[in-house]
Amino acid sequence: MTIKISMQGVTKSFGPKDVLTGVNLDVPVSKSTVIIGGSGTGKSVTLKCILGILAQDAGLITVDGDDVTKARGRKREELLDKFGMLFQGGALFDSMLVWENVAFRLLRGPRKLSKSDARDLAIEKLRRVGLTPETADLFPAELSGGMQKRVGLARAIAAEPEIIFFDEPTTGLDPIMADVINDLIREIVVEMGATAMTITHDMSSVRKIADRVAMLHEGKIQWEGPVDEIDRTDNAYVYQFVNGLAEGPIEAIR
Amino acid sequence: MTAITRFLATIGAAVIGLCRATGQLVLFAGSGISHVFLPPYYPAELGRQLMRIGYFSLPVVGLTALFTGGALALQIFAGGARFNAEAVVPSIVAIGMVRELGPVLGGLMVAGRVSASIAAELGTMRVTEQIDALTTLSTNPMKYLVAPRLLAATIAMPILAFIGDIIGIMGGFLVGVLRLDFNPATYIRTTYNFLELGDVTSGLIKAAVFGFIIALMGCYQGYNSGRGAQGVGRATTNAVVTASILILASNYLLTEALFPA
Repeated sequence: MTIKISMQGVTKSFGPKDVLTGVNLDVPVSKSTVIIGGSGTGKSVTLKCILGILAQDAGLITVDGDDVTKARGRKREELLDKFGMLFQGGALFDSMLVWENVAFRLLRGPRKLSKSDARDLAIEKLRRVGLTPETADLFPAELSGGMQKRVGLARAIAAEPEIIFFDEPTTGLDPIMADVINDLIREIVVEMGATAMTITHDMSSVRKIADRVAMLHEGKIQWEGPVDEIDRTDNAYVYQFVNGLAEGPIEAIR
Repeated sequence: MTAITRFLATIGAAVIGLCRATGQLVLFAGSGISHVFLPPYYPAELGRQLMRIGYFSLPVVGLTALFTGGALALQIFAGGARFNAEAVVPSIVAIGMVRELGPVLGGLMVAGRVSASIAAELGTMRVTEQIDALTTLSTNPMKYLVAPRLLAATIAMPILAFIGDIIGIMGGFLVGVLRLDFNPATYIRTTYNFLELGDVTSGLIKAAVFGFIIALMGCYQGYNSGRGAQGVGRATTNAVVTASILILASNYLLTEALFPA
């Protein structure tokens, strides 16, 4: 199993609060890995550390064997070129049209295309996520939550990245739209052969899009394995989380 | 802990906090300036910011200058009358506008408009993860968001101040001619004869520094905005307040440097 992303002993604190206390995780290439865990357990921090948006306090993070913390300037841009990300709230640029959001990477930088080519490609990606070409000339504020997620997905895949991160892809969506987004994610990841890493606490999403699952709790990966083992494992954390139980090793703050 | 040590600890914590904030601001400014010069460049973004910061600030700067020039003429006339020196109105209005009031009042008005707008925009982008999204799209937010705003404000403010100077002098001229019975030709000739190039350039240098401060404080506060609507609101207020204070403080230092006693 070739490893695309590796985290070894990663720690991160914010003041007195220890969020990651030694994360060890290997993300295999061309597989969909989902990190599950309760709110505030450091799932988003994990993704941000891999992207270099947050600097870890200790530990090693590598992508294709390269230490992400040592990438500077052009090398960092090359590293980030491998990534696409769908944000929880979409994080669409509200001052730009939908197609400009989707084609953002293709309108500037080393992979710059002409405006008309970038627009055509954006429309093609919008079609891929089930949106009509008419959507291209709207502003993000004119779209529903589900449509914004689709645009975010189109933006994440526009430059054909090797790695795609999905941050709570179904949060805030109705169950039907959540299922549509899950299907789209699965289809696109398989079709592109990309390495996917998703963070969620939505178990239906996990069952739809994951090849492998890792459970993050108290700043550590408590369990990791194939998706079909989450219902069979005797790990108490996973059992409690998967079955949504109030009683168990994960303390529910009331 | 005694009351005295508690008091000293409070002062110490405030001083350390101030030093930390100053250090962060200086590092932020250094990073922003370096990104102005290092490629890649975003000329379209620079053009957009020049329009937003410069062109759309023209009405507020123009009106401020017009009324300030008029009020200045009235004040100088009333003050000069005590020494039979009413004739100094055109020259003092011109010097006062181009050296001090044009750049300073223009700077304060633009600080209210632009610093607040930049802080609110970048703060909202921070809260909604748009700044993080830029990073994932291989775009350095300091280069794409901060550098064009710093450069645009530093270019636009001297132009605004220059236009403000002309409008301010015109305000003084209108009041002088229509209200104080100055001869129009004499007013213009006196203004022209007394005004030196150094008066104008010193005002423009000040305006460039003020422009940089306005954009820097807007960007710094917005970029480091706290969470939620309250965080963005606080960033906006802090941007306007700190930009205004820094404009007034730097105005004194620049005046000392440009016109030593």
